[in-house]
Amino acid sequence: MKELKIFGIVAVFTLILYWGVEPFAHSQMHKHVEGDNLQYSDLKPVAAKGDAAKGEALAAACVGCHSIKVKNMPAPMDAVASAQAYGVNPPDLSLAGAMLDEKFFAHFLLNPAEVTKSKHFAMPPSAGSEQDAADIVAYFKSIAPKEATAKEGYEFACGRCHANRYDKWTQIGDVPKTKSNIKTGVDLAALDFKKNLGVYQNKLADYMGKLPPDLSIIIRARSEHFLHTFIEDPQSQLPGTAMPRVGLNKEGMEKVFTYLEETGDPSAPKRKAVGPWVLAFFFIFTFLAYGWKKAMWKGHH
Amino acid sequence: MAHFDENAKPFSHKWMNERLAVDTLKRVLSTEYWIPKNINFLWAMGMVLAATFGILLISGIFLLMYYQPNVNLAFDSVNYTIMSEVGYGWLWRHIHGVGASIVFLIIYIHMFTGIYYGSYKRGRELIWLSGMLLFVLFSAEAFSGYMLPWGQMSYWAGMVITNLFSGGGLHADFLVEWIRGDYVPGQAFLNRFFMLHVLLVPLAIIGVIVLHFGTLRIPHVNNQDGEEFDFEEAAEQYKAGNVKESKVIPFNPVFLSKDVFVMGIYFILFFYLVFYHFEFAMDPVNFDPANGLKTPTHIYPEWYFLWSYEILRPFSTNIGLIAFAIAQVIFFTLPFLDRSPNVAPASRRGLFKYWFWALLIDMIVLTFMGKLPPQGIWSTVGLVAALTFMALWIALPIITAKEKKL
Repeated sequence: MKELKIFGIVAVFTLILYWGVEPFAHSQMHKHVEGDNLQYSDLKPVAAKGDAAKGEALAAACVGCHSIKVKNMPAPMDAVASAQAYGVNPPDLSLAGAMLDEKFFAHFLLNPAEVTKSKHFAMPPSAGSEQDAADIVAYFKSIAPKEATAKEGYEFACGRCHANRYDKWTQIGDVPKTKSNIKTGVDLAALDFKKNLGVYQNKLADYMGKLPPDLSIIIRARSEHFLHTFIEDPQSQLPGTAMPRVGLNKEGMEKVFTYLEETGDPSAPKRKAVGPWVLAFFFIFTFLAYGWKKAMWKGHH
Repeated sequence: MAHFDENAKPFSHKWMNERLAVDTLKRVLSTEYWIPKNINFLWAMGMVLAATFGILLISGIFLLMYYQPNVNLAFDSVNYTIMSEVGYGWLWRHIHGVGASIVFLIIYIHMFTGIYYGSYKRGRELIWLSGMLLFVLFSAEAFSGYMLPWGQMSYWAGMVITNLFSGGGLHADFLVEWIRGDYVPGQAFLNRFFMLHVLLVPLAIIGVIVLHFGTLRIPHVNNQDGEEFDFEEAAEQYKAGNVKESKVIPFNPVFLSKDVFVMGIYFILFFYLVFYHFEFAMDPVNFDPANGLKTPTHIYPEWYFLWSYEILRPFSTNIGLIAFAIAQVIFFTLPFLDRSPNVAPASRRGLFKYWFWALLIDMIVLTFMGKLPPQGIWSTVGLVAALTFMALWIALPIITAKEKKL
């Protein structure tokens, strides 16, 4: 049939056009970076077997800077004061054992600056030997809660440097719900929060070189492959970046992605729900239109 | 004063007829608007375009309710308010985004259909010219709309395109500043592009669509064979019941039924893209907020402008600008550069057959190169394709003048 042939030609040219401006152009514009599936293969395996009980004693030193909420250990300083002291607020360690790769974590305790590939990392080496490191890791693995939300994972891994304004998350926590004075219209609590955030962000920007970007819709701005390889090893995609290697394990990475997808692409579940109905409608529409056309053109040829 | 029936009930058929000539309108615009029988689905692209424009208008009105034309709020009003807080805001946005991209695909198919079948020739020049005017207006509409989310590509595309008006060696920087209302794209720039996108350009488009339809009425649409026949005679034949022998059909309901069927297939594709593949129409770079201090690694326009962008790029500034300016207007001259007496499909017309496919392939090559970084082999291919484009237009009057009368 002639019309089908014409349609075929139009379709072929359209697909060639699409191939050239999308997959082909992107393959040429962005260099391909191969990740190593969170193996951290540049780090040697840790031979020592960890002992959680010994680790607990060693971890007592951690709370000099960090909080461990699951053990009801508060941070010695609030986020803003910590940033003034170290440049950034040290993370709460409750999830460290669940989010971090075991091997990475142990090496990190021995030499933070080297394994994070970040020259100015605030944390000093914090384990005397490989055995100590393995013990501390074992302890944090033993205390990590089984159930943590995606947001808690994000907070641990990203949330002290990166805000997420579409989730009202800032580097110093959720934006508090405040009310303005009904007579003056001024919201002092909100202004206080803004000031604290400003102080924190200034310190953070000094520490990192610039304020790390807001990650609200990073999931749409970068491809999933880029984000995976970038989080796994920031230097691989962006040589010279101040972002440290975080050392997430598979579960940790999944938590971070779940959160980024929830904030950056919140319509995904709705698209899946509505899409089939709309398409079904147009299939029926087209079927009926074809019947109408058949009837109308009857006797015309 | 015409004669009015005193007894006609308000809004009755007779009453309406006396005031609005509804029967005549219906006859002239639909039931006795004669369409050649011998046309294929490519002739339905006009209605597909009209439908897409309608979709863009409606989805645009919904987006307009929540969009904030302010450099500090625009990005989040699009990416947060509309996407998360407004019920089905995401659907309107995806429809608008996909529609804005796909409308150009259909426009190009529509244009190349016209070129292939010689529908711009002898008596139909105004159809072509008004159509090209629509293309220019759609381009302005697309560009001004692209600015509005105030993302990185919006900002830098605005910077690059407005810079073109400095005229290279002419250094007409005052003109660029006048267009922007500032030294760089800023609030004044966003406000005026917002106005252009939601009011002035759509208004002009609606006007020119009416003109475009009007230009069709007298010469009638072309047909697959470029055959010339007496529409009135054929219409009489049709009305007398010789439906099979007549070369024409009424627009409504006979051709309309085919239009609607083609639109159905088109909508399946359209909504597949809206729900499952909208990202092709949304450049990821535009999901980074505009930042005047950070240039994106590659700056390129949307796919439908890539071919003319690539005609600009491989040359030195001044020559590039001249080539670019020529590329913008050259299609307007098609009916006058084509010297052949034949209104016929390209396949039956001597060298023009090769000219048509060469132009199509050359524009696809230009499109590919326009997106790639201008390095190594790609910039050479781009240069050759740009020169080929120019050469094809220079060759057109020569090869068509030699064409034998069919």
